[in-house]
Amino acid sequence: MTQPIIACFKLDYGNFILNIDLQLPGTGITVLFGHSGSGKTTLLRCIAGLQHAQQGFLEINGKVWQDSELNLFLPTHKRPLGYVFQEANLFPHLTVAGNLQFGLKRIAKKPGTIDLQHILELLGIENLLKRMPDRLSGGERQRVAIARALALNPEILLMDEPLASLDFKRKQEILPFLSRLHQALNIPVLYVTHSQQEVAQLADTLVILEGGKALASGPLSETLSRLDVPLAQNWDASTVWPVSLIEHETDYHLTRVAFDGGILSLPMIDAAIGTLLRVQIYARDVSIALEAPTATSILNVLPATITGLTDDRGGQSVVRLKVGTQSLLAHITHKSAVLLNLNLGLVVYVQIKGTSILN
Amino acid sequence: MLATADLDALFLTFKVASISTILMLLLGTPLAWWLARTTCTWKGFINAIVALPLVLPPTVLGFYLLVFMGPVGLIGELTTWVGLGTLPFTFAGLVVASVLYSMPFVVQPLQAAFTSIGEHPLEAAATLRASPLDTFFSVVIPLAKPGFLTATILGFTHTVGEFGVVLMIGGNIPDKTRVVSVQIYNHVEALEYNEAHWLAGCLLLFSFTVLLILYTVLKTQPNVQQLK
Repeated sequence: MTQPIIACFKLDYGNFILNIDLQLPGTGITVLFGHSGSGKTTLLRCIAGLQHAQQGFLEINGKVWQDSELNLFLPTHKRPLGYVFQEANLFPHLTVAGNLQFGLKRIAKKPGTIDLQHILELLGIENLLKRMPDRLSGGERQRVAIARALALNPEILLMDEPLASLDFKRKQEILPFLSRLHQALNIPVLYVTHSQQEVAQLADTLVILEGGKALASGPLSETLSRLDVPLAQNWDASTVWPVSLIEHETDYHLTRVAFDGGILSLPMIDAAIGTLLRVQIYARDVSIALEAPTATSILNVLPATITGLTDDRGGQSVVRLKVGTQSLLAHITHKSAVLLNLNLGLVVYVQIKGTSILN
Repeated sequence: MLATADLDALFLTFKVASISTILMLLLGTPLAWWLARTTCTWKGFINAIVALPLVLPPTVLGFYLLVFMGPVGLIGELTTWVGLGTLPFTFAGLVVASVLYSMPFVVQPLQAAFTSIGEHPLEAAATLRASPLDTFFSVVIPLAKPGFLTATILGFTHTVGEFGVVLMIGGNIPDKTRVVSVQIYNHVEALEYNEAHWLAGCLLLFSFTVLLILYTVLKTQPNVQQLK
């Protein structure tokens, strides 16, 4: 599915107004990011039809699910979607197998569907089938819930903070499964979270919500580095680049990865050549030089163009740069920005002091 | 020992209770579901009406039913018009009265069970392609099973134990409206204490056994107290 998702909703609760007009890509993981009360869950519920927005238009995979002008509203049970709730929300009166079968019994089996066995293996729940939900750990429950949604071979997968109710250990247990799903599925995923970590790890597209409105929406790095969004000003502001592993330098205990804009050296990663990875670069680890530094201990020095610059904010300036096709943020002192006479369009060299691999 | 008349009364009592319980479950389930889900302003009003037999003296309920179902009552005129005759002093009238009188014992446990299920399982079912009706049968009823058991047992036993309403609306007609509680009263009036003992003992044993099963085997909370 490559047709874009068109979602427009107006919902008035008196003390909260949702006003959304979004066009999202029909592939990959789109993360709806925001603090509690930003409307991210409400938006997801509107898309699922669990909440009925008075005014709305929703088109998924070329099919209209809601058009308030035509008085069209497809009830949830007629929408070909998969939904994962914050609490796994398994049926307590059914076994794991019974939960998985619940939806399967109610759909006409289409040819070429993902088979259940494959999903069970992907999520590592093959040996839980006979258990009752109250005999599962939180992480297992959530994995069953994901399998239950995927088993229906939905046209879109909606996930409402699926990790929020889990502790750190359980999160680490599920995140790899989600990353794997990402590569195994060819349906779009809408993923609600308030965790920057999950954004960095999972998002291809990022939508930032605040007070019921979408502040920004677009490809991950581009949106993370937008200067008009508060995220770029945070002390832990970062950008995420997709890279592929090209070479190990065993003598120096380094790994070299390529992105469309150059090559980065990273501390040795235990992965095969060709592996696709995500590299997170914090704005505080990036410094700027006007000329290519000839003698520096920093390995990653790349040419870049300045595409954005904020005013002085408490002595700090945020610089947005383009390296190849990728966006990058640098936090520098306002004094440096003035002394170097940084301007839009200026070609500089960025020195990246540290990176971290996300998967 | 139990005489034929006593056995007839016992049989009639269980017949009335069985039919009434089935009718109460059929009528009470949608009513309890509606009460558990609705945000309608009439909810309180309907709740109060359903609960009325809990606080009203049975004779009051029986009196009004007698008046309304009688030849000049609204319901009586209706039943006469459709060719059913009048309901007081008939088996059908007894069933109608029992249903109204014991309804809160069916509706309230069901309503509590439905409310405690909450929104989440229903939403999960909807995202798994189950229509609302499908969800009711495949999710709500299994999850509300303890509520249905309590409702059935309380509805049945309460109908078995009624006296005041029966006396007002049913009278004392052998094989038609003479139920156990009335028969016991007849025996006592006639100073037949021995016969009264047998019948009363039967009812005591029955009621206690049912409640014992309810609270031990099924481990139901004693919510009769909460009801009253």
